[in-house]
Amino acid sequence: MTHTYRGSGRAGLYQDEEFMDILEERRRTSDLGHALRSFKPLPYLGAPPCSVAELNQAVLDSHFLRHVAREVAMETGSSVEEVREEACGILEEMSQNLQLGFIRLMGYALTKVLKRLFTSVFVNMEGLSTLQQAMQQTRVILMPNHRSYVDFLVISYIMFTYDLPVPVIAAGIPLAGMKLIGEILRRSGAFFIRRAIGSDKLYWAVLSEYVKTIVRKEFAPMEFYVEGLRSRTLKSVTPKLGMMHMVLEPYFKGEVFDITLVPVSISYDRVLEESLLAHELLGVPKPKESTTGLLKASKLLQDNYGSMHVNFGQPVSVRQLCEGKINRCQYNLIPRDLPQKPTPEAQACVSWLAHLIVRIQEEGSVISPWSLMACLLLQAPVAVLTEDGLPWQQLTERTLWLKRLALDFGGHLKWPGQVSDSDVMSSSAAIHHSVVHQKAGRVYLVQEEEPERRRAVSAEQSVMRTGTSVLMLASYRNQSLHVFVRPALLTTALDVTNSTHKDELFAFFSFLQDLFSSEFIFIPGKLSEDFEEACSLLKKCGAVHIDQQEVTLSHMGRETLSFLKALIQPFIDSYQMMFRYFCEQGAQVITEKQFLPAVRTLATKLLLSGELHTYEALSSDTQKNVLSALQRLEAVTKMRSMQCEYKVNKPAVRRIADILSGKIPVQMLRTPPDARL
Amino acid sequence: MKWNGWGYSDTRFLFNKKGQAEFTGKRYRLSGLIIPGLKDWMEGTFGASVQHKSQATPILNSSSVQPPNLNEAFVEELKSTGVPYSHDAEDRVFRAHDCHDDVVKIVELACKHNVCLIPYGGGTSVSSALECPPEETRSIVSLDTSQMNRILWIDEKNLTAHVEAGIVGQDLERLLNESGYCTGHEPDSMEFSSLGGWVATRASGMKKNIYGNIEDLVVHMKMVTPRGVIEKSCQGPRMSTGPDIHHFILGSEGTLGVVTEVTMKIRPMPEYQKYGSVVFPNFEQGVACLREIAKQRCAPASVRLMDNEQFKFGHALKPQVSSIFTSFVDGLKKFYITKFKGFDPNRLCVATLLFEGNRDRVLQHEKQVYDIAAKFGGLAAGEDNGQRGYMLTFVIAYLRDLGMDYYVIGESFETSVPWDRVLDMCRNVKARIVHECKERGVQFPPLSTCRVTQTYDAGACVYFYFAFNYRGLSDPVHVYEQVEHAAREEILASGGSLSHHHGVGKLRKAWMRETISNVGMGMLQSVKDYVDPANIFGNRNLL
Repeated sequence: MTHTYRGSGRAGLYQDEEFMDILEERRRTSDLGHALRSFKPLPYLGAPPCSVAELNQAVLDSHFLRHVAREVAMETGSSVEEVREEACGILEEMSQNLQLGFIRLMGYALTKVLKRLFTSVFVNMEGLSTLQQAMQQTRVILMPNHRSYVDFLVISYIMFTYDLPVPVIAAGIPLAGMKLIGEILRRSGAFFIRRAIGSDKLYWAVLSEYVKTIVRKEFAPMEFYVEGLRSRTLKSVTPKLGMMHMVLEPYFKGEVFDITLVPVSISYDRVLEESLLAHELLGVPKPKESTTGLLKASKLLQDNYGSMHVNFGQPVSVRQLCEGKINRCQYNLIPRDLPQKPTPEAQACVSWLAHLIVRIQEEGSVISPWSLMACLLLQAPVAVLTEDGLPWQQLTERTLWLKRLALDFGGHLKWPGQVSDSDVMSSSAAIHHSVVHQKAGRVYLVQEEEPERRRAVSAEQSVMRTGTSVLMLASYRNQSLHVFVRPALLTTALDVTNSTHKDELFAFFSFLQDLFSSEFIFIPGKLSEDFEEACSLLKKCGAVHIDQQEVTLSHMGRETLSFLKALIQPFIDSYQMMFRYFCEQGAQVITEKQFLPAVRTLATKLLLSGELHTYEALSSDTQKNVLSALQRLEAVTKMRSMQCEYKVNKPAVRRIADILSGKIPVQMLRTPPDARL
Repeated sequence: MKWNGWGYSDTRFLFNKKGQAEFTGKRYRLSGLIIPGLKDWMEGTFGASVQHKSQATPILNSSSVQPPNLNEAFVEELKSTGVPYSHDAEDRVFRAHDCHDDVVKIVELACKHNVCLIPYGGGTSVSSALECPPEETRSIVSLDTSQMNRILWIDEKNLTAHVEAGIVGQDLERLLNESGYCTGHEPDSMEFSSLGGWVATRASGMKKNIYGNIEDLVVHMKMVTPRGVIEKSCQGPRMSTGPDIHHFILGSEGTLGVVTEVTMKIRPMPEYQKYGSVVFPNFEQGVACLREIAKQRCAPASVRLMDNEQFKFGHALKPQVSSIFTSFVDGLKKFYITKFKGFDPNRLCVATLLFEGNRDRVLQHEKQVYDIAAKFGGLAAGEDNGQRGYMLTFVIAYLRDLGMDYYVIGESFETSVPWDRVLDMCRNVKARIVHECKERGVQFPPLSTCRVTQTYDAGACVYFYFAFNYRGLSDPVHVYEQVEHAAREEILASGGSLSHHHGVGKLRKAWMRETISNVGMGMLQSVKDYVDPANIFGNRNLL
């Protein structure tokens, strides 16, 4: 019997997909046998295979790279040969070296690791078979979200298991630096990209030509993380556009007929790096990727991480999506292999498409019962969680209520059917013993044990300890945030404006989207649809009545509305706290280096004094998001200098803070109150 | 001539009683022969069946045509000039003067009575240029130039001939040949298209590599416009006298006036002609070879590269072989190419060549071209294949009529494109056609094929053929139009031009503004406004 269950799906995903546990067969048969099985992938697009050496040679021989090399030589005063030599070196550092033998090795090792970590790895088989068809017809770009180091090779592993072409994968250069592992990854199809490329023209040129050549030559399917990096918060990250543009350009320039994007949503019951990530958000630097580090981490392998879901989304055609969004004739007048700055139209199109993919990834993510529990736990005062404990009974009742709401909102919920609801929740809590523990019918937040001497813990240290647990909890809440965020923003608008007029609510909703657009994913240009969606969801769950011009609260909706409001509250509180920092600090100009620790210190102080209630204000992710929000709203400007310096327009920051708290109307956003003087 | 199909009435494809394809008449090399492979090819390519027939309308019924909209005053005055005219039903849909002066009279009368004039030459337009605009409410006169078909003089010192613009290509060539000359201008439509039409559409001939396109051939011309006659004062071979006024006339598509007389270059007839063909392992190699030939500027009189689908099509049109020996040799060739040389029959493609000139130089030239081809994996595949390739050009339009008898509609269209985009564009457009047909419910995969027909220093001319089986579609012509429209958008998006030599007409008008920019449109419009303020030449092409 295969272990399967059904989930409910939404747009862009299969309506009623069946997941299958791919580990089940591995547990029954030999791992070595699996690794050595005859691997006969269907030919990718039926194209004659091209070797790694040929691919690299094509990159080096390209007119584009020749041209850039000449330009760079001219600018730097070195000879063209030297520059080409350098390009060769960059390519060597970057390029993958896909080999079947290593795919087998990777398959073997991954079977061991996955079996150790997870009870099941669920894959939607229908998505896989659609992918198989797509791979024979068009170029396929696999676009997974990135939540853990574990998911790096998991797609390759699935491809290997089901006889599909193994992809080449864009990876960060630190991975290449790991002894042995780097080389194994390279031979499993990874190619490596430096982190801060900045204005290194030659590097950009080699990278973009490399990516484009892979797409053009139909070398292999490509896999890359459109979010650019592992999400530290388990929330979707605003997509990065550089790589996306490189991948799409061959279509824009008519070099290929079409490109197929396949969003893949990977979700975990419990993430391996949970405490590492929380520490990183609190300012403890991330340990450098190293092989010894990896071996040390192997104690993590002893724990149970529940199950993992890999949900292959419906393939989407770039040609179809870009219809009417991009005029491909714009590339007709300049040779296509000369460097060309992307037009605003192309940039907008790339950004839109990248956001769309992230949204599809979100909708395809599987939400665990634990994520719903985390939403609710975070709404209890921290003191209750750490000291008195939350009654288990209360938590389970509320979770079941939230389950219905999540389903109403179209959430992609995984709620095992064979066991009783209370067992589901107890086992979820048990898996997350690192965050909560249950005692005498109450749930408590786990405080990180002090590793060293039993010295008295200072107040600041204790804030950090609680912060770690809260941020871990917040990460799991974030897994389901996308389901609630639109109605929650509308709820906030209803609450802050105290208005029922659709126009006013829309204006505030739009302000909130603007403010929080680094925090949550909103597809550019879809503001009105988002607002309508928020209205209809709140109406659907009976929280509001809606007619032509008015949105009025319903008595039945109090529970829903207060839940949604409380969901957004930590963000609003954190943002207000940082606005306060910007207004109160003395200098006109601040650097990013000063900013992060200073804000953290202020937050700690306010938490201790009881003025601030959310520990999420400690998160460097939130802090950076506030900085970019203020830049977007033109209250802070980045100065053209080496060390990220920012110029703060205090009245503008104050205005934003006042709008957010409802003291002044949204219309004042860009007009100073004393403009008439 | 047929009124409801291409070409001569005695010439057509049909399936005989034995179910074999046959080409009737005596005019072409293929005439009177049995073509055994055609039936299988049609069935295999389109899913068409000999059993399912949809006949063309056989005779024109005058009641099915609306009565003419006559301007009585104009007709009365026309009678007095003695210019022949007709408004019979058949003439109106098919054809309706004698010399330059007649044209001047007619244009004056048309201006006086505000009558719309549409010049008509050979009627081979494929851009809807000759369709009467439905929004036109005035009386429309089709100005048929077919009787202006004389060579007025030949200047052997300067090698020019002065010719009336109504002359049809094959007559012009035949008459010049009698004096030992030729123009060398051979568009695929040369059996029926006229000199005036060539000028009006910026035509291109198969052998342009030696003789040039129409704009290179014309030395002097006269056009009658509502403002009067436009012409140059001398026949200098090149002038620097501001923008060349010939270029207002070339490609004007009948919107400014009627071309009546043209002085064009002539050449002594070539001493020697030789056909040839080369087989390439794939289309990519073939294009690379053509590009190299263009780079070395050693293109033969004509070189055309057909893709694999067209190669197969050409194969299907091989006539029945008379001797066992020939079929044995054919089998051997096939074996050599596919088995010995390892060419994939589903990927290989063929280029046809035509060399012309002095015998020694032709042979030398031939060697040079075959040497280049060899570098790209090309194998010489014989004169016969080459010659048959060119002959097919003339019979393909007849074949379209056969297709229509069996629920298959098709058409060709062309473009020009820079060298670096040739492959991408060919692939994109062919894929788009297949994609669009599928989207629109065409039940069988369409024929979607292309060939590179001309090479230039900076690019090439590409011809697409597209046909599909329309059984099961309620409005096949509309589907056809939608697919053609999509294909053209794909051409433009892939860096191709709106047209290389067919012209814009009314079919491609929608893309003119983006093609030549607002200012460009304004320039053309202001010329039109000056030359023909009352829109007498009201066919509404181009702008």
